[in-house]
Amino acid sequence: MASERRLRIKTLLMVLAMVVCANVGDLMLKRGMSRIGAVQLTASGLAEAFRLTVTNGTIWIGIFFLTGFMLSYMTVLSWADYSYVMPAGAFGYALLTLLAVIFLHESVSPRRWVGVVLICVGVLLVGQTKPRTTALASEAVA
Amino acid sequence: MRVILALAVLILGSTGGEIAITHGMKTTREPARLRPLALLRFLGRAVQNGWFWAGVPLMALSFYSLLVLLSWEPISLVIPASALSYVVGTFGAKYLLGEQVSALRWAGVVLVCAGVALVAAG
Repeated sequence: MASERRLRIKTLLMVLAMVVCANVGDLMLKRGMSRIGAVQLTASGLAEAFRLTVTNGTIWIGIFFLTGFMLSYMTVLSWADYSYVMPAGAFGYALLTLLAVIFLHESVSPRRWVGVVLICVGVLLVGQTKPRTTALASEAVA
Repeated sequence: MRVILALAVLILGSTGGEIAITHGMKTTREPARLRPLALLRFLGRAVQNGWFWAGVPLMALSFYSLLVLLSWEPISLVIPASALSYVVGTFGAKYLLGEQVSALRWAGVVLVCAGVALVAAG
């Protein structure tokens, strides 16, 4: 029972780290790509877009945070189910809305509030299930 | 049409890549504790796993598809549409990874999928 509880707590902590890194990363990418403008789907257009993205500092900050997301994601997937971690990570969208309301005093449409409630209920339901339903290939080593 | 194609690449690339990486991480052995050294050792083992390297190009393809989509369409359209990957990914987890997806978990996934679509639609 104690190990079940420990598994749950460390899974939730890693999901939280994932959520924070993914949100900051996506925000930076969106900001960077908005400055670059619409990408043309031609060989030269894609090459030009590639050159602009790799020389854009904001894109690199986004990539740094998305790397942090990737590391926490890989770590949590070494012990928890993909079908547990993936929906639990959606909690970030609900969190982002709440932060926008509290700190940025943004007005939020009723449709978006319904979405936030659905996500929270969905994550709570997934959270009731066991974080791991498959056997481990081998025991953890240092 | 090009948006639907890019969206299919985004969803199938990300779920396919994540499933390959999940399989790789499960066979990698989890870190003994959540300390920097143990995490570094874990990372060292993870990058020697073939499944990890099968997943990376799929995720990179999906990532590039996301960048292209974001340059064409507002984020309020791209993210709601990509919310479908929650359902696609859960099917993958059940049939490819052998995870037990209970009715409760399915219900949660469907609510999350609908919720993400609504939130991102604004």
